[in-house]
Amino acid sequence: MSIPTRFFISLGRHIITFLYFLGGLSNLSLKAVYLTFTPPYKKDRIIEQAQKAGYESFPIVSLVAIFIGFIFALQTAYFMQRIGSEIYIASLVALSVVRELGPVITALVVAGRVGASITAELGSMQVTEQIDALETLATNPVKYLVVPRFVALTIMVPVLTIYANAVGILGSYLICVYKLGISPGMYLKVTTEALAYKDLFTGLFKSVVFGMVIALVSCYEGFNVEGGAEGVGRATTRSVVTTFIMILAADCFFTALFYFIFP
Amino acid sequence: MIELKNLHKSFNEHKVLDDLTLDIKKGTTAVIIGRSGCGKSVLLKHIFGILRPDKGEVIVDGQRICTLNEKELNAVRMKMGMVFQGGALFDSLTVGENVGFGLIEHNNIPRIELLERIEESLCLVGLCGIDNLMPAELSGGMRKRVALARALCIKPQLILYDEPTTGVDPITADSINDLIKDLHDKLKVTSVVVTHDMKSAYKVADNIAMLYQGKIIAEGTPEQIQQTKHPVVHQFINGLATGPITETLEQFR
Repeated sequence: MSIPTRFFISLGRHIITFLYFLGGLSNLSLKAVYLTFTPPYKKDRIIEQAQKAGYESFPIVSLVAIFIGFIFALQTAYFMQRIGSEIYIASLVALSVVRELGPVITALVVAGRVGASITAELGSMQVTEQIDALETLATNPVKYLVVPRFVALTIMVPVLTIYANAVGILGSYLICVYKLGISPGMYLKVTTEALAYKDLFTGLFKSVVFGMVIALVSCYEGFNVEGGAEGVGRATTRSVVTTFIMILAADCFFTALFYFIFP
Repeated sequence: MIELKNLHKSFNEHKVLDDLTLDIKKGTTAVIIGRSGCGKSVLLKHIFGILRPDKGEVIVDGQRICTLNEKELNAVRMKMGMVFQGGALFDSLTVGENVGFGLIEHNNIPRIELLERIEESLCLVGLCGIDNLMPAELSGGMRKRVALARALCIKPQLILYDEPTTGVDPITADSINDLIKDLHDKLKVTSVVVTHDMKSAYKVADNIAMLYQGKIIAEGTPEQIQQTKHPVVHQFINGLATGPITETLEQFR
């Protein structure tokens, strides 16, 4: 076979695989949304997942957010000092963190920490026939496994994002107040003046979408594991990579959309 | 109880079931034998409606599985129990929660009665009082018996066993065989056992059917199967390395 032929065959195969993925993911998403709103509602399982995915993510999110705050303040200070307007560091940090960095960094941390573990857990269940066993016990695996994770992440990612926003701004505050000599009152005043409700809203809207993406992609990859422990490993990698790409793509899309809707 | 009519199923153009027809009567124990990977587990998943046939029909207890909606299918599933090869116990739940899973999820029965039912099922398989252990703490043989207890807990009319004696020591294997026989005699359940362990097949079966290349090639009582003239069945039940089964494999190489 000539090289161009082989190239097109391989390209075609990738496109087909991708379409399968999209189809499967949409199917799972529709089922998950439908089953979320059909009784019985199992609160305990949602709380359990929220605990695992949300509450236990607070330490790592704190750490990442405070560092982002430090770094961002220092990097902007580098330029702002040159033009003598250090005070605008506060507004720049506030806007970038609330609109962009908070939601995205939180989503990426959760995708790596929680998404990977969901895929690995469901994947192992698939490999050991536990998912089939659920069906034989007349229990819908999507209702039992996906819905609690879906609801928990859709709620917890925005909650973590609000928290990350606050910690990120705190990081920058510490640098500005204790290193650059800006007065605390001034810093807070500039920060609150810079932020409007729409900034908070766009950031949180994105984080809701990110939460859904993480839950659905990681569950989908977990359900579709083939081939034992090796397959679980492969699926976990794929799940994290796919979630990262989808988070960034969705971020780009919504940022552009909001840019035009709320100019 | 179970009628399988002209079942066809392929995975990626590989034919697993090819025009398979089988009838299993109420109250009997049917054993399906065949080599590993010949589609025995696939067959069981069709009976449960986990897999749908490409063509053909599955009728369980008078109901055509493929035409049922999820609610009706679940109602049929609550009359059946399945014992998976590796147990397939939910490892995030305790043994007790595993055994009572079907009842906890679907019947709102009082807690005391639930605990009684769990204990009763565990005692039936000879494992009284282990309901607080986690599945990871059990040995392979115990996992299989807990899986059986889980299937029993919903008081099914039909139990499907996927290789119940594979991967356990001969003594445990024999006790599992006794258990299958006992349950059949005491509770009058219909059983379908999929296995390649001939000793187990002879011990528990009322009827043996052999699955080969997606079809049932022989059916009969254990005595009839033992005296068969069919070369493929003869090779399989006697465990011979040379014969028609391995010859066809040679041709594929």
